[in-house]
Amino acid sequence: MSNDLQGTERYRLWPVDRRMLTAIPTIGLSVGFVLAALAYAGGALSPERLTQTSMIKAFEEVNSVNTGFRRNHAKGVCVSGRFDSNGNGVGLSKAAVFKRGAVPVIGRFAVAVGRPFVPDNETEVRSMALSFRPPGAEEWRTGMNDIPVFSVKDAKGFYDQLLASQVDSTTGKPDPEKMKAFFVAHPESQRALQLIQAKPFSTGFGNASYNSLDAFRFVNAEGVSTAVRWSMVAIEPFAPEIPAQATASDKNYLFDALIARIEHGPLQWRLVVTVGGPGDPTNDATIPWPEDRQQVDVGTLTIDHIEAEGPNNCRDVNFDPLVLPPGIEPSDDPLLSARSAVYSTSFTRRAREPKTPSEVQIPGKGG
Amino acid sequence: MTQQRFPALSRLLHWVMAAMILAMLFIGFGMVASLTDYHWLVSIHKPLGIAVLALVAIRLINRLVNSAPPLPADMPALMRFAALGSHMLLYVLMFATPLVGWAMLSTARYPIVLYGSLELPPILPQSDGLFSALRTAHTVLAALFFATFLIHFSAALMHALVFRDGVFQSMASIGRRREDRKDPVVR
Repeated sequence: MSNDLQGTERYRLWPVDRRMLTAIPTIGLSVGFVLAALAYAGGALSPERLTQTSMIKAFEEVNSVNTGFRRNHAKGVCVSGRFDSNGNGVGLSKAAVFKRGAVPVIGRFAVAVGRPFVPDNETEVRSMALSFRPPGAEEWRTGMNDIPVFSVKDAKGFYDQLLASQVDSTTGKPDPEKMKAFFVAHPESQRALQLIQAKPFSTGFGNASYNSLDAFRFVNAEGVSTAVRWSMVAIEPFAPEIPAQATASDKNYLFDALIARIEHGPLQWRLVVTVGGPGDPTNDATIPWPEDRQQVDVGTLTIDHIEAEGPNNCRDVNFDPLVLPPGIEPSDDPLLSARSAVYSTSFTRRAREPKTPSEVQIPGKGG
Repeated sequence: MTQQRFPALSRLLHWVMAAMILAMLFIGFGMVASLTDYHWLVSIHKPLGIAVLALVAIRLINRLVNSAPPLPADMPALMRFAALGSHMLLYVLMFATPLVGWAMLSTARYPIVLYGSLELPPILPQSDGLFSALRTAHTVLAALFFATFLIHFSAALMHALVFRDGVFQSMASIGRRREDRKDPVVR
């Protein structure tokens, strides 16, 4: 212990002496280093890095800020019902939801556009988001779309697609030059779009089938991990969308038909798990798996209640695809983490914003 | 003049938690600016935050049982006040930041998964308004925590390099010290 100074002299900071002259740069450099490391971690030193904020900004630039609404899939309606598991999934996953029996489910149907008041005829892709809620814990959330593959394979692709497909206000269409440049940069998206366009959309929400698109891993009680994708396959017979629908005078014709249908009687889907074969890509949602892969029907989803978005119902749930129970794990698909991150930012932003009533309301039940 | 050291358990808790908290702050500020790395960072952030909360409870009890060695008698009153204040603030932050994080996840109705089927119960009911306030509070607390850490770190270096009063060594030394030894050491 150095005892070269005594009494209050030891704590004197002025005038600056030799000790101070060596200490100040040391402390300054150390603090500066820690601050620089934090700035690096937070992305402040790499403005080109794609972050949650830049992704949400792109959504807000394309769709403008619609306060209180999701930044994507903004127009939707809340549903609930149950999932009756037949027990066939137990061999693949130890998740409580696959044990034989019924599990309560809440969900949301939406159109895959970031504008909450968009007329239905200006949309194509529809989504079904679900939250399976076994008693106690082990909640499972999933968001699915009625397309065979996803149009992009990673966050960068999504970002580029979002900006390239922005509708030009003078032509009412995306800039063809920008779309061309997007497809040159993302050939996987061009291939995926051909697959998406080759498959007709259905007449409504009730007879559409919805796909996880991203791959996940099911882990059973023995610890065996299997690559899977899943689909909610409609029990209602498929009928292709007819052109007359697009000119319908009711701008909510898709949602109004769903409301009328559920009030008439429950709608059902079969949850079908597709087991990936060796070499099937799990990290690229633009690539379909071969048709002959093993499919396991693990149970039936019954939707028997529908209500407008409101406080503490599906409106206030973030259908984060990585809210998973033990027995279901993320794959190496980079979209999963990116979706989880961006949904979280979207949720945080809309939670703070004043709420506007949803476009979709249930007739006779008030707003 | 001999500055007493902190008891071994206090030093162990201090350094283990120092590493955890610094990691937490970096993970926290990093994950909110990440896409591909978001999920694995969040998966560490939640259990590590709860571990900090559990350890700080042990640490507070330890602090009350094994009191801190007195500061040097000649230390000016203003410095004593700053030392006491910043340490109290650090304790408040070690409790408040993870608690607010837990409460925030509860109000957003996110399951609070630590590992596998180990889940914590919600501590507040679902509420958009509460979530917004707590989400902001979590960021503000984290920023305040980082600033307080930098002050604490700078003050420690001041004690080590300028004041040379043994306060730094009271926390930052390991093993036995000369004055603890039975045999006197000839200088």
